[in-house]
Formats: sequence, C-alpha cells, structure tokens
Amino acid sequence: MNILVCISHVPDTTAKINFTGDGKALDPNGIQFVINPYDEFGLTKALHLKEAHGGTITVINVGLAATEPTLRKALAIGGDKAVRINANPEDAITVAKELKNHIEANSYDLIICGQESIDYNGQQVPAMIAAMLKLPFANACVGLTINSDTAQATSEIDGGHATFQAKLPMIVGGKKGLVEEKDLRIPNMRGIMSARTKPLELVEPSVNDGATKALHFEKPAPKAAVKMVDAGNVDELVRLLHEEAKAI
Amino acid sequence: MSVLVFVEDWNGSFKKASFEATSYAKRWANMMNTQVVAVTSNSTTSSELHAYGADHVLQITLTKTGMGIAEQLGQLCNDAQGVVIAGTALGKTIGPALAALNNGSLSTNTISLPLSINPTEVKRGAFSSKGIETIELNGSLPIISFVPNSIGIAEITGEGETNSKDITGNDLMEITEVNVASGKVALPEAEAVVSAGRGLKGPENWGMIEELADVLGAATACSKPVSDIGWRPHSEHVGQTGIQVNPNLYIAIGISGAIQHLAGVSASKTIVVVNTDSEAPFFKAADYGIVGDAFEVIPKLVDALRAFKAAS
Repeated sequence: MNILVCISHVPDTTAKINFTGDGKALDPNGIQFVINPYDEFGLTKALHLKEAHGGTITVINVGLAATEPTLRKALAIGGDKAVRINANPEDAITVAKELKNHIEANSYDLIICGQESIDYNGQQVPAMIAAMLKLPFANACVGLTINSDTAQATSEIDGGHATFQAKLPMIVGGKKGLVEEKDLRIPNMRGIMSARTKPLELVEPSVNDGATKALHFEKPAPKAAVKMVDAGNVDELVRLLHEEAKAI
Repeated sequence: MSVLVFVEDWNGSFKKASFEATSYAKRWANMMNTQVVAVTSNSTTSSELHAYGADHVLQITLTKTGMGIAEQLGQLCNDAQGVVIAGTALGKTIGPALAALNNGSLSTNTISLPLSINPTEVKRGAFSSKGIETIELNGSLPIISFVPNSIGIAEITGEGETNSKDITGNDLMEITEVNVASGKVALPEAEAVVSAGRGLKGPENWGMIEELADVLGAATACSKPVSDIGWRPHSEHVGQTGIQVNPNLYIAIGISGAIQHLAGVSASKTIVVVNTDSEAPFFKAADYGIVGDAFEVIPKLVDALRAFKAAS
C-alpha cells in the first residue's frame, strides 16, 4: 500500500519558547527542531503497516530548506522517499491546499498526519485535506487496522472512543495510541546512512491565497508566587481554595 | 445577516460548552450589530439557548460525523458573517472542514472574544500554551473555534423562535461502535481535575486520587510517564502531547512538573501542587503548594473537603 505521512518540523518539546523583539515570529535561536511528536506516532504506524502489507512510505513537509534534516530523519526512521514543498507554512489552509495538490497528483491508499503540530496547535490541516478531497477522516485517531481496502479506525471523542469503518483512501489525524511510545524507533547508523541517498524531491509551491495572518506573539503573563501551605494544615488549603481562589 | 453558532448536544441535552458557544456568538454578534442563529440537532430543550443569546434556533437532523456536519453547516453559511464552534472533539473536525468547504478563515484554540471586527482579530494559544498568538482572519467568513471554559458564559434575558430545516450531508464513513464512560467526568470539559504522577508509586494507589476527584466532582488525569508505563489509560494523559486542560482547579499530586506537562495544564485557573520534593519545578507554576507525602496529605485533604462540603 502507498502511504503518505505528513511531517511537521517543530521545536523540541523541552524547548523554551521566545519570540523575536518585534513579536512577529518565533525566535529560532537555541531551539532544536524535531519531527512533530504526533507525526512520529503516525510514521511508526506507517512502518508497521508497510511491514504487514508491503508498499511505499512517502514523507512530505511544507517548509523551507531548514526542514530538510527533519525529513532526512523521517527517512532514516524508515520512510522510502521524501517530498518537500518549498513554502513557509504560515497558514493552515495554504499548507492543506499544497498537500491536497500533491495527493491528487499521486495515488495514496492512506494519508497519515498528526492530529496537530505542537508549534501552532492548529489541528486544522488534516480535516481540511479530507474536506477538500471528500475522503473519510478519523481525528484524534488512537487505533487503526487495515483489511484490504477497508480501514477500521478508533478515535478519541469527549469522554470515550468511537470506532469507524471506511473505504480507503482515508485521512488520519493521529496521536499516541496509533502506536505506543515504546514502539517509536530511533534511527540506527544503517538508517542514517541510507537516508542520505533516498530521494528527496523538491516541489515549488502552487498556492498563494492564505486566509489568516499572524499579527503578534507574546508569552503568557507569569504567575504570582506560589503560596505554600503546611502539610499538617490542609484546612487552610481548603479555606484558600474557597475564599481566595473561589475554586471550590 | 447573522452569526451562526453550532450548538452540540449530547443525547438530547446541552453541556456547558454549548451555552458558552451560544454566549460567545451573542457577544460577537453585538459587536457586528447582528443576530445569532443557533444550529442544533436538539429538538426538545433548544429553547434553553435563548437565555444565552440565540435569537433564532434552527433545528436540523445532523449527520453522525464531523465531516457530514461541516457539509450541512456549509449550506447555512450564505448569510453568515461569522461562525462559532466550541473546540470539543467533534468541533475540532467541524471547524477546519467547514473552513475548507466554504473558503472560511479559521482560528482554532481561540482563548479570547474578538478583539476587533473588520478584520476579525482574536487571541489563540500556540506553542502548547507557551505562547499567545494574535491572529487576523481575512475574507468574508471568519470562523472561531474556542477552547471550552476559556471564555465564560454571559446569561441574558432573551427570547427567540425555533424553526426546523432539512439539510443533508455525507459522513463518508460508518460508525460501528461508540464507548463513552458513564458516570465519569470527561477530562476536556471538567471544571476540576485531580492528576497524579509517578510519586504515587503504583497503580494500586489510585484509590485516594479517585476519592479526592469524587469529592470535588473532578476528572482524574495523570502524567505522561504514568500512562507510558501503563498505570493509567492514555486517555488520562495530560500534557503537551496528551490532553490539554484548562479547568478552574487543577490538583497535581506527585508530579514533578516537567515543561511538557506544564504546557498541557498551565492554562488552568488555579493550580495546587502536592510533592515531597520542595525543589519540584511544578511549585513555580502553582498557586498553592504543599511539600509533603501524598499518602499522608491526600486522605487528610479528602476529609477536610468532605467536612467543607457538608458545612456549605
């Protein structure tokens, strides 16, 4: 089966986030960029499916040249080929349209995205692609099995889970549960060496009509100093929660 | 012209997020001098929505998936100056699907009312709560999906009318099974959350956590390591790559407060941390802290809260 895995290039989860002096953008100084954690679960799921059903895994990113090491890492983990659409991903619908154009021009049985990227937290691109292509879509997907041309997908819903059945091709917005944390693969030396020679196709962007514009970024206001309560005096905590915080 | 609000219902009744969405739409509509049309599948208690700002209630039979509902809503957007959707599990599919179908301009994860109209500007959470983005929505159909419990509700004395309409949509897939835990407070919509980490030493010790949650009417949650080692289900993992929560009260027990965990909970209004280690980084992000052994503190806290509830 032909699987497309969409990869975002995001700050490491431990990164301290700072913005440029004018507040217009993320300050990338000192930040290590990684494969978006949600996408990493999706990529590993794709490897499992390829091992079970055969096929090809294409990894794709909409981003400028700085994202190529992240795509190479996805290849080192097990992707067969990579595509980079050479645009700064400033707006979800623009990214979704670029991906849609690529999907239409190729033939995929399954498109796996992370449910969101941990930088802008949009949770928009996968559902947008599905809506434009009129394909089935499983968001917050924590389980996926494929049986010839049919997928069974389990999604987190408020307070529980729902299971869907759909004909392929379909779009998945995945998260942990698609595979487990322990299933994630660290690239080995052989993978890293072979990733250097795997194809990475560069595609120029074809979409130029964004719908949103980031005006300004700021950090949340810092919290006031913590009030410590003696471990032997939980009644005082209850009083503070009721009278001061009005939380109970 | 109107602001359209999608009002989700759960088996015939509304939740707080439904009223918050309606109230959001009303305040936005007031800025634009227009009215609110609330779209819901609820046919029995939809008149409740008038008290939160719905001038018109449009009752339609909804399809079963977010994709189908987005297609239905899209057919109602001809006169809409804006659309409001609560960022529930379902809303998170509907918002972007609707934006793609109707050339809308979408802000998800929104944490403010509109700062301005023409163009619409709102604030939204980014970088897992480590940043706040001000975003401009261009085009003729701004769509706002907000974080439940981040905006609040304004009740009004209002009246309105209810009409029904037939509109179709395609689900593109079949739902074969739905499992929703009954009698438990669902994490994303909980007003209070009691969360525990490796400091609890083992899954057999969660009884007191559940007891504390029970007294508070809270949902239970856990840290990432606890879900990774299988002490608690993944659906309870809160943090950057788990569920992000913003309850009125978040109590963290035996959780050190790694930056990834804080990213998922720092929007909580009041944070209480109980930890044996006085140097635990979580204390810096807390409103109230207790340095102490959870196995001694929590049972006492349960008793104190029971006494408080009995007296109030």
